[in-house]
Amino acid sequence: MIRIFKPTIFVLCLVPFIIIAYQILFNKLGAEPVKQVTHHTGEWTLRFILLSLAMTPLKNITKILAWIKYRRMLGLFAFFYGTLHLLTYIGLDYQFNLDPIIDDVLNKKFIFIGFAAWILMLPLVVTSNQKMVLILKQNWKKIHRLSYLIGIFAVLHFIWLSKTIFFEPLIYLIILITLLTLRLDFIKFLLKKKSVT
Amino acid sequence: MKLNKFKSSEITPENFYINRRQFLKEMGIITGTAFASQNIITSALSYTPETERKITPYKFATTYNNYYEFGTSKSDPHKNSKDFITKPWDIKIDGEVENEITLSVEEIKNMIPSEERIYRFRCVEGWSMVVPWLGFPLNKLLNKVKPTSKAKFVKFTSVYDPDQMKGQRFPVLNWPYKEGLRIDEAMHPLTIMVTGLYGKELPNQNGAPLRLIVPWKYGFKSAKAIVNIKFVEKMPISSWMNASPKEYGFYSNVNPNVSHPRWSQATERVIGENIYSPRIKTVIFNGYGDEVAGLYDGMDLRKNF
Repeated sequence: MIRIFKPTIFVLCLVPFIIIAYQILFNKLGAEPVKQVTHHTGEWTLRFILLSLAMTPLKNITKILAWIKYRRMLGLFAFFYGTLHLLTYIGLDYQFNLDPIIDDVLNKKFIFIGFAAWILMLPLVVTSNQKMVLILKQNWKKIHRLSYLIGIFAVLHFIWLSKTIFFEPLIYLIILITLLTLRLDFIKFLLKKKSVT
Repeated sequence: MKLNKFKSSEITPENFYINRRQFLKEMGIITGTAFASQNIITSALSYTPETERKITPYKFATTYNNYYEFGTSKSDPHKNSKDFITKPWDIKIDGEVENEITLSVEEIKNMIPSEERIYRFRCVEGWSMVVPWLGFPLNKLLNKVKPTSKAKFVKFTSVYDPDQMKGQRFPVLNWPYKEGLRIDEAMHPLTIMVTGLYGKELPNQNGAPLRLIVPWKYGFKSAKAIVNIKFVEKMPISSWMNASPKEYGFYSNVNPNVSHPRWSQATERVIGENIYSPRIKTVIFNGYGDEVAGLYDGMDLRKNF
């Protein structure tokens, strides 16, 4: 099963990239092209972060181990889209003009926290392969708990850049809170108890 | 005040638009459009403070809008305002005045001829357009009433109609939309009430039937679908001031040196440009400093943002 599923999901994960590449190539981005690319890549980064965070709770709830096999791929796609998002901002929006970018990162909290989220992804990417899991042992788990912090930062990034209380950031916040709550020990305890009885 | 300092030939509008301009100029009349019944003076066509920038394509000016009454996405207003009913429509002018009046939009349009004004439009979000509005100086409408000595500000209230405006069913802002100007800002000849754009009747998504345009301020100051203009003694609290007082001030003059607490205002993206076009530098008072800077003499613009 996994042999068929994994490549299928890999291709599905590329769909948002194919869509935006098509829109860029065929000039279908509308009134504010740069913003469109920024939003699209940003939104999919956030979605992949939350998807990757959902795998462990899904495993716990459904008792199906296979979910875990997709966690790394989803996390790496989050990094892929996050990097495209960052490159859009630096390259397309500010045309590699570093002064306003540095100014933004230091003075604008939504940009600071978004940049911080991307930086925090780096150690996770570097330690994502099986070899690193074996080398780092217990520490691997500790390092990869950063993914929750990245999720929090990414949602805050979206909330802080919105002009007023919008639904979309709130929906992501609710999903994030749900996922974090499911990782709390007492919830896990309740779930375990249920499965025993 | 030098209002006629630029020739209209210096700009490069889109094709259909320049045709219309030439047509209007040559004939001096308007015929054969939905706008034919309207009272438009053509002498004002020589008026244009825009020399450097291209007119935004009609498509973008009418499909890329912030009008939260119809939804928070930029494409929502165009989509959700199609069936919005703007006839009949009355506007009440009251408050600190000796003679409050209620006028229908038709009466106003017949009473005060519209003229063309090509203005830059700078959104607080950091994008801008250049739009050929049709409208008349607000002062011509305000002069229909006699303000009392107490009147210091003018408060604008937009329509409240959640049945027709589905965005108003959610507390995105404190509906109805409220805005305000100081009396001298409201009476300034650059401040206009808009009845149309690109030679056409004002589309619903752009604030029909009557909206404000204050070209040296961020776009949200220019209230849409206005039903009430009230002279008041105290500075009105606008909907955006109410939503976030630290981010949206009463004046909200375009100013590259005063950044929004969450993003910079130093540059802007030009709507309709391609993906590789750079941002352009934002100009203080959106380029209308010669005309309006005097209104703020001695004021700390950083404090009165």
